[in-house]
Amino acid sequence: MPTLLVVEQVLNGLQFGLMLFLLAAGLTLVFGVMDMINLAHGSLYMVGAFLAAWLVGLTGSFVLGVVGAVALTFAFGMALEAGVLRTLYARDHLSQVLATFALILILNDGTRMVFGNDLPLAAPAALAGPVELLPGLQYPAYRLLILVVGLALAVLLWLLVQKTRLGALVRAGASNRTMAAAMGTDIARLFTVVFGIGAALCAVAGALLGPLLAVQVGMGENILILAFVVIVIGGIGSIRGALVGAILVGAVDTLGRTLLQHVLREFLPPQWASAAGPAFASIAVYVFMAVVLAVRPQGLFPARG
Amino acid sequence: MTRAPSRGTLAVVVVGAAAIAAPLVLRALGLDFYLSLASRIVVYAIAATSLNLVLGYAGLVSFGHAAFFGVGAYVTAILITEGVQSGPVHLAATVAVAALAALVIGAISLRTRGVYFIMITLAFAQMLFYLANSVKGYGGDEGLNIRARSLFALGDGVLDLKNPLALYYVALAVLAVALVALARFAPSPFGRAVLALRDDDVRAEALGFPTYRYKLLVFVVAGALGGVAGALSVNLQGYVSPNALHWTQSGTLMVMVILGGVATVSGGLAGAAVLLLLQEVLATTTEHHEFWTGWVLLAVVLFARQGIVGLWTRRRAPSLS
Repeated sequence: MPTLLVVEQVLNGLQFGLMLFLLAAGLTLVFGVMDMINLAHGSLYMVGAFLAAWLVGLTGSFVLGVVGAVALTFAFGMALEAGVLRTLYARDHLSQVLATFALILILNDGTRMVFGNDLPLAAPAALAGPVELLPGLQYPAYRLLILVVGLALAVLLWLLVQKTRLGALVRAGASNRTMAAAMGTDIARLFTVVFGIGAALCAVAGALLGPLLAVQVGMGENILILAFVVIVIGGIGSIRGALVGAILVGAVDTLGRTLLQHVLREFLPPQWASAAGPAFASIAVYVFMAVVLAVRPQGLFPARG
Repeated sequence: MTRAPSRGTLAVVVVGAAAIAAPLVLRALGLDFYLSLASRIVVYAIAATSLNLVLGYAGLVSFGHAAFFGVGAYVTAILITEGVQSGPVHLAATVAVAALAALVIGAISLRTRGVYFIMITLAFAQMLFYLANSVKGYGGDEGLNIRARSLFALGDGVLDLKNPLALYYVALAVLAVALVALARFAPSPFGRAVLALRDDDVRAEALGFPTYRYKLLVFVVAGALGGVAGALSVNLQGYVSPNALHWTQSGTLMVMVILGGVATVSGGLAGAAVLLLLQEVLATTTEHHEFWTGWVLLAVVLFARQGIVGLWTRRRAPSLS
């Protein structure tokens, strides 16, 4: 197997993993601190992507479009939290599933009403070409941008959680919500902001992945489940766990899709290999999660103290 | 739950009579088209009832019930594609494979609890979803069309599920058996043990109940019944696709149960009927029926906490921890 292909696929896996992390970060905090199952988290990713596609078309600038979409999704996330989700924190998981499933229906169809079933979103022309990373290794410039933005946001988020007062309050909430509230933290208000940040991160992922995948209604549904897998592997409520889990899942998924196919081709007929590769890769992520849960039922980095 | 109130008995008689008469009334009114909707309600009511057994009675929030529905649909569709038309064979194979799938998934998943159980059942269903997508020989992601349907010998004649009326009454019979069994399950010693372990499984275990085996048994029975619903569904639609196994399908079944009433005998039926009728009515009036369905569901969560059956009986459903 050519080494350059492996390097390229590792970069792709890392890039996908970082985008999954952006989705999983908000999800794990809502799940960990508020004990809330939010199935509509993937819808925020979709809303962000649609807003970005719309604003990029309107302004003609990719950067302006993405920044605008992130700001709007941040506001939308806070409004959603304050308007609907907040009343669900005290309810059981079943009510949360029903309510957020209803939100998926509303947001999917609502997006369709406003923007139609899909919107075109292209990578900026300046980044259309490849960059030579190593002698002989051409890597698409746009994918490199995603990688850089993803890494930068991961570092930023780590600083926010580990080094700021807001982060300390969030960690306190994740570790023991009742105690944090007893010590005078206004968990409700804190959470509106945290939810908004989670929504904004979803928008970043949606906007950046938009040109690679497709901006269409329902785009959040499959990636949402992967985000759940990430946070279960990482440990519910842990940002660090979400990062590690996301990179592992991104690697397993991407490497499985391409490299596994190469391996299978060695001893299977080609049409079987090309059919079995993606299936194994999709399933591998879930097998991985089942194994992690069997060995460490609380995930890799349990947040609850 | 042990003594049915007279209002409940009345409701059973009215709903039962309406269900039996429905095809004749629809035909008399020239609304034959709606028979397939009625069949769909019955088929989904079976699936939702089987989920309610796990989710409501045993308190196991399974987020992968579509796995068994889809397995049942695929087993029947594949047998028909391979030229096997015998209904009893379809039924036996469906029950066997769905129960086996539930045994494997349940044996592993039941070692976890709480949100981890939710996520691991979801993960198993997703595995089967991707498996169905990759099996190109049986349609892959495009799904599998079947030309024939299940055939049952009936006296000298043959009962062909291709006949919409036959399908409706067979499904209705399955549903009736399931509902009667569920109604008798709750007050039975086994049913009480399952309710006890739902409310506090440490205490139930301390009392000497084999909680793990009881949960697994309930999970397997529900999986088999879910499979039968899937087999009926493929006979109804003439088609099965991986979407039958997608997590949104599991979500829809959960929504039916919660909407109808968790841990109530008729919750699955009420939820399936209301959700599918709501979608049908909205679909005829607006292009964006999902949007309005969503708002109705949201309103139910926020304002009708015990589901539809709860509104009818005005009694607090057993709480779930």
